[in-house]
Amino acid sequence: MNDNIVHWKNGIKDGIPICLGYFAVSFTFGIMAKNAGLTPFQAVFMSLTNLTSAGQFAALGLIGVSSTYIEMAVTQLILNLRYCLMSCSISQKLDSKKAFLHRFLVAYGVTDEIFGVSVCKAGTLNPFYNYGLMSAAVPGWTFGTLLGVLSGSILPERIISALSIAIYGMFLAIIFPPARGNKLLACIILISMLMSLLFAKLPVFSHVSAGFKIIILTLLIAGIAALLFPIKEEDEEETEDFGQCVAPALEKGGAE
Amino acid sequence: MSNNIYLYILVMAVVTYLIRLIPLTLIRKEIKNKYIKSFLYYVPFVTLAVMTFPAILDSTANRWSALGGFIVAVILAYRGQSLFNVSLLACVSVFLIELITY
Repeated sequence: MNDNIVHWKNGIKDGIPICLGYFAVSFTFGIMAKNAGLTPFQAVFMSLTNLTSAGQFAALGLIGVSSTYIEMAVTQLILNLRYCLMSCSISQKLDSKKAFLHRFLVAYGVTDEIFGVSVCKAGTLNPFYNYGLMSAAVPGWTFGTLLGVLSGSILPERIISALSIAIYGMFLAIIFPPARGNKLLACIILISMLMSLLFAKLPVFSHVSAGFKIIILTLLIAGIAALLFPIKEEDEEETEDFGQCVAPALEKGGAE
Repeated sequence: MSNNIYLYILVMAVVTYLIRLIPLTLIRKEIKNKYIKSFLYYVPFVTLAVMTFPAILDSTANRWSALGGFIVAVILAYRGQSLFNVSLLACVSVFLIELITY
């Protein structure tokens, strides 16, 4: 039990950057929700039940044009299908000795950021670590939404702008340390970024939604990498497959 | 329109939750297939890299502050700084650059 509390606390600590980043994004969401005619309660309710940025922003647009419920469902499916891939990874990593019920709770908190932090944690994943991440992230997301709806001018624009980069800084802190001693990973990260840039700039791809772009590129690049460079046997055993990856970054300040 | 907002929210929430829940509950056995294991190993790196770049360059109020924050984050991340430090110092850099430039 005590062990669970330690994991939970670590989760909260690692979740603080997520909280800051979410706050900035959801604050903007709150302002837009207000403009779309949602009441503060509706906006907060949406944030609390959905916990997804792209999906919620798109929803405001759909509600604005009174779309059908089917259209809403399909849009959410396309924008959020990437969570399916992320859940697959988390599912493999989650401590199988923990009760089945935990998976229903962990599922609620599968977001880009929580996935990014939790999946790179060394060893098996204790659900309480995810609860810790959620304990920091969910209040950031819902409270930011509330403040955004109530008043667009509580926080100066400069602060919002600065906080907006928090999530990306965190992503870089996750993927870079393991790539430092590993040319292959460094190459994969570089190719991923370049392809992403290409998708963003080439007019051919301009109609591809952000969520779908992530799915296509992930399937393509991770798929080819797995074919060409399957991970070694030693890594396959135990839980080291994701292991090491971010242990240094997450724990202290990680000298390799 | 406003009558339906809660139904909209419910539809969204159910679809999104199911996408998250289904793999977590149905694909529980440890995957033995070497290819799939390798694929899942590479997924976070590719996904996070794709999500970060070039989106990070448009995340702040102007391109230059974003670029500054990006460079600071890359250097600190590469040196193995913690998530919190990298995030916070990227934010601080953005703030300072915007303070100076406009």
